[in-house]
Amino acid sequence: MGIDRRTFLKGMGTGIAAAVPGSSLLLRKAEAKQIGAGKEFMGVLVDTTRCVGCRSCEIACAEAHGMPVPDIGDTKALDKIRPTSVTQWTVVNRYKTDKGEVFAKKQCMHCNQPGCVSACLVKAMVKREEGAVTWDTNCMGCRYCMVSCPFDIPKFEYNSAVPKIQKCSLCWEKLSKGGKPACVEACPAEALTFGKRRDLIEEANRKIYTESGKYISHIYGEREVGGTGYLYISAVPFEQIGFRTDLGTTSYPELSKGFLYSVPIVLLLWPAFLIGVNTITKRKNEVQHGEGGKR
Amino acid sequence: MNTVSALEEKRQLKDMLAFIRSELKPKGKLLTSFNVISGSIIILGAILILYRLVRGIGAVTNLSQEFPWGIWIGFDVMVGVAFAGGAYVLTFVVYILHSDKYHSIIRATVLNGLLAYVFYAGAIFLDLGRWWNITNPLFGNKFGANSVLFLISWHFLLYMIAEFVEFSPAIAEWLGMRKLRKVLGSLTVGAVVVGIALSTLHQAGLGALFMMAKGKVHPLWYTEFIPVLFFVSSIFAGLSMVIFEGAISHRVFSDKISHEDHAAYDDMLVGLSQGCAVAMFVYFFAQFLILIHGWHWALLNTTMGWWYLTENVGLVAIPCFMFLQGARYKNQMLIRTAAILTMVGIVINRLNISVIAFKWWIPFSERYFPSWMEIVITMAIILTEVWVFRWIVNRMPVFGKPPAWAEEIHS
Repeated sequence: MGIDRRTFLKGMGTGIAAAVPGSSLLLRKAEAKQIGAGKEFMGVLVDTTRCVGCRSCEIACAEAHGMPVPDIGDTKALDKIRPTSVTQWTVVNRYKTDKGEVFAKKQCMHCNQPGCVSACLVKAMVKREEGAVTWDTNCMGCRYCMVSCPFDIPKFEYNSAVPKIQKCSLCWEKLSKGGKPACVEACPAEALTFGKRRDLIEEANRKIYTESGKYISHIYGEREVGGTGYLYISAVPFEQIGFRTDLGTTSYPELSKGFLYSVPIVLLLWPAFLIGVNTITKRKNEVQHGEGGKR
Repeated sequence: MNTVSALEEKRQLKDMLAFIRSELKPKGKLLTSFNVISGSIIILGAILILYRLVRGIGAVTNLSQEFPWGIWIGFDVMVGVAFAGGAYVLTFVVYILHSDKYHSIIRATVLNGLLAYVFYAGAIFLDLGRWWNITNPLFGNKFGANSVLFLISWHFLLYMIAEFVEFSPAIAEWLGMRKLRKVLGSLTVGAVVVGIALSTLHQAGLGALFMMAKGKVHPLWYTEFIPVLFFVSSIFAGLSMVIFEGAISHRVFSDKISHEDHAAYDDMLVGLSQGCAVAMFVYFFAQFLILIHGWHWALLNTTMGWWYLTENVGLVAIPCFMFLQGARYKNQMLIRTAAILTMVGIVINRLNISVIAFKWWIPFSERYFPSWMEIVITMAIILTEVWVFRWIVNRMPVFGKPPAWAEEIHS
């Protein structure tokens, strides 16, 4: 093919943009922003076989973002599976598996092509060049990001008159200055590794291949929902440690792409068709038939 | 001479203001049982809305982190907009296909559609946690143009303008503004064309919102064709609403409707019910194909499966058949019953996708169920719309004939 579908649609869209005042009807392709020159998405590799469930990361996270610091002395907290919350951007859960107790840290996965970002109609949710997905205060509070997140991560402050969306930001402020996320710095067990996403996948594969039998042959997040910034390796199947394995490898923005691509086509062809039908059906004896209001 | 015309103008303006002031006063008895009951619900609703604005959404709703959208979105917006679909379907029939049969109900339908958008889409305002940012998708430099919701917000706004233009001749007739009436009347077909294109997309768009809820909406409901299903169902949802609203209006505003329009109505009802039947057949057939292609029949013999069958057989296939029979034997009772069943089916369908079949695995005790306050606020919004509708119908030529001078303009 000399011209692919996207180029064709883009060209078509541009045509309408010129024709239709209020070109905001136009929709650009539903992908995350292109990676900036020379920058690669950063991420975190979580080795669940190394996590000891000390919850140091929870404390570091709370301190770094001014949230109430959890009491890690309270071991009962691990008895039930906790989701992240408006005051806890990351939590460590304990799972009973085939190979005994396994701890798994949960937080925003920082998808390569995040559903929440393409859901946001005011660009309050942004995929940063460094790979972090962050939230800003121009948010309308519509909570469409919550509906669109495959991991149910964004949390909303329902009990506030000035509510915010709360979620892990991958400590983006520190990242942009060359720092590391607070949780990674705090981890005493070297369960968390921060680095370029590409390098982390290499490292994960190296571990899986060299430490034979220790890990299952799957990096969670390498392909899930189009790839995520957080990557996990595990000794047990991921279903057993609270991960959804039915999400598929298609990125979430891709799911509404078909509809969005149909928009310029409908806006272009439908009115033309309607005007055509209107002209054809106009009866001869009603040539002077005014529009509207005739009853 | 200039002073004379200036004086003349001043006098006219004074007359107009006096006229509007007199029109603002209520007509008819104020203390009817309907007014008292609906009025108190509206007042209670207004208080609860204030409470929500001061204390946050959590203070009045049962929404949770698991269920970010409740009945304000699933019912008010999703169902309200589907029911308002009658406006674009009928304007298509009347202005594009030039079927004059339905001309006498076009204004009431357009008015209904316009008010539905103002009030039910307006209900989004209550649901927005950070409502003061509501203009962000419209002004500024942060357009999330990749978002389906962005498209919907623009379409709602533009469609409201289009519907207002479609209805505006009635306002000009009411105010006796002849020149303006002529200008506005000439805009109607343009507004209709734009309105239909916008409706097609945002009716489908409301369904497309759930494309990214993959894995959260039960597989019997989640399909990549949700947008198409939403669009097709908005046709019969809208027409059923027209039938339902007509049945009530013909009783309540009986004195405003001319004798010939009363007579023509029976014929119209048959046409509307045929339209419903066709759209419902297409919808049912599409659902059937989606079920077959999705290999989902094994799910039918589960609780959710029976619920799915209730919706699609009980509240789509059966009323579709009733519409057909009703049209055939000109049985108004049957047609109206079918319309009500269809509307119930639409309510259930939209709520299924947004609330009931949403995260279906969560146990009953932890599921979202609307609080009484959410329900009261919803009722207050609906009743306010009914009040505004009544106010307009009692003043402007909606059911009744337009003034003679307006008839002349286009004949």
